[in-house]
Amino acid sequence: MAYSDKVIDHYTNPRNVGTLDKSSHKVGTGLVGAPECGDVMRLQIQVDDNNVITDAKFKTFGCGSAIASSSLATEWLKGKSIDDAMQIDNMDIVEELALPPVKIHCSVLAEDAIKAAINDYRVKNGMEPIESEKAHH
Amino acid sequence: MELPIYLDNNATTPMDPRVLEAMLPYFNSKFGNAASRNHAFGWVAEEAVDYAREQVAKLIGANEKEIIFTSGATESDNLAIKGVFEMYKDKGNHVITATTEHKAVLDTCKHIEKLGARVTYLDVKADGLIDLAELEAAMTPETILVSIMYGNNEIGVIQPVKEIAAIAHKHGALFMTDATQAVGKIPVDVNADGIDLLAMSAHKMYGPKGIGALYVRRKGPRVKVTAQMDGGGHERGMRSGTLNVPGIVGLGKACELCNAEMESEAARLSAMRDRLQKELTVLEESYVNGNVEHRLPHVANISFKYVEGEGLMMAMKDLAVSSGSACTSASLEPSYVLKSLGLSDDLAHSSIRFGLGRFTTEEEVDYAIEVTKKAVTHLRDLSPLWEMFKEGIDLNSIEWAEH
Repeated sequence: MAYSDKVIDHYTNPRNVGTLDKSSHKVGTGLVGAPECGDVMRLQIQVDDNNVITDAKFKTFGCGSAIASSSLATEWLKGKSIDDAMQIDNMDIVEELALPPVKIHCSVLAEDAIKAAINDYRVKNGMEPIESEKAHH
Repeated sequence: MELPIYLDNNATTPMDPRVLEAMLPYFNSKFGNAASRNHAFGWVAEEAVDYAREQVAKLIGANEKEIIFTSGATESDNLAIKGVFEMYKDKGNHVITATTEHKAVLDTCKHIEKLGARVTYLDVKADGLIDLAELEAAMTPETILVSIMYGNNEIGVIQPVKEIAAIAHKHGALFMTDATQAVGKIPVDVNADGIDLLAMSAHKMYGPKGIGALYVRRKGPRVKVTAQMDGGGHERGMRSGTLNVPGIVGLGKACELCNAEMESEAARLSAMRDRLQKELTVLEESYVNGNVEHRLPHVANISFKYVEGEGLMMAMKDLAVSSGSACTSASLEPSYVLKSLGLSDDLAHSSIRFGLGRFTTEEEVDYAIEVTKKAVTHLRDLSPLWEMFKEGIDLNSIEWAEH
């Protein structure tokens, strides 16, 4: 299977690789996937007092599309309010990276990681977690 | 050195130019049908087929009358297993094989199960070898066939074929082996090894695709198989269809070359393979899969913990290798062979198979080592699992959100 140039670019030069302080109340962490499935994605966001994401970091164990999906997600998250970030749809990632059907799973994982990170942040700061309307599984 | 570098010789091999040269006349000037007995065109083709049959037989210590040409090892496996089951089912309906066999054997066994066969799938030990005591225990008076591969396609492990054959024969069963990866790479002798049926393929030994052979023992015992294809009764009635003369000539030539060069080639390949394994297992948390002693000279299967095989292959884009990860398939299931060794799913997802071959050079192996090391390091820097491992977090203690 040939990857799109965008997947290769994100894979070769991943954006925002790293780790934020998980214990900080300004940081939300989402860890999704499982080693036995071949994909684990960890996405972290740092949120300021106006609920705007000022930083995002990721680390991913998985194929090229999984790495590219999470790298792209961090780029999109930066500068967004957490409410806007919650609206990121996996199909936007599929479209941007031109993922083939067999790799849609990777984009779903990225969307789930975004939502998990936001909800981690919300719960830490006394807000209710937001239930996802989409059923992926 | 030209890029990309081909290190997937278990999947297929490039054709040796000497094989191509031998084949070429049989496409045009010597195009006759080997079954045309009444003119020179037919005789020329028949003569070429006879010669190739001798070349193939010689490589495995057989008689040329015991060689049946097929389209490849998959067809040979099908003809052997279905053919034996249909021929001997009145004697018994039990067949024994192993969980690490190629799909050409496993799926054929599944097929005969539907026709009333009872099949035992033996597990393998952690090093990939079958347990001879378990085989012995599985034998029953109903057992008509034991089918165990010679050398494994994914991990290269060589089974104790001689001992397996002896057990099968002691209980009155036939012994068949899928020797697709072994023939031409290591000495295989149907008489010394006690093999009754053997499947092989030209494209795994620098010959053309679409041609293979089935060895069927003629004496002690005389083995019969029910034909799976009806037609003109070619190949002693076991496999009808006009002979693929250029392919057969190519298979014959490939066998002759392997026979002549096997010893030096095995020494060259295993030295390079050992170096590859040694250099790559210098990396932390990397492991060689399968028995390292009883192994085909050209295969290395290595797990790099905390990186995913397909992602890794992408970082090694100048290397054509194969991954134990099945991330590209809808099932996301990692290799069943690696899982049969008892590897956890995550380790099976983290495996790469390197298959060296006749045209692999020292320089290419050096390059592969360098590229793989760099790629593993790059991906571990990206891996949350590697970070957790480095922090001393037990990954089994984490409640993973499975998808």
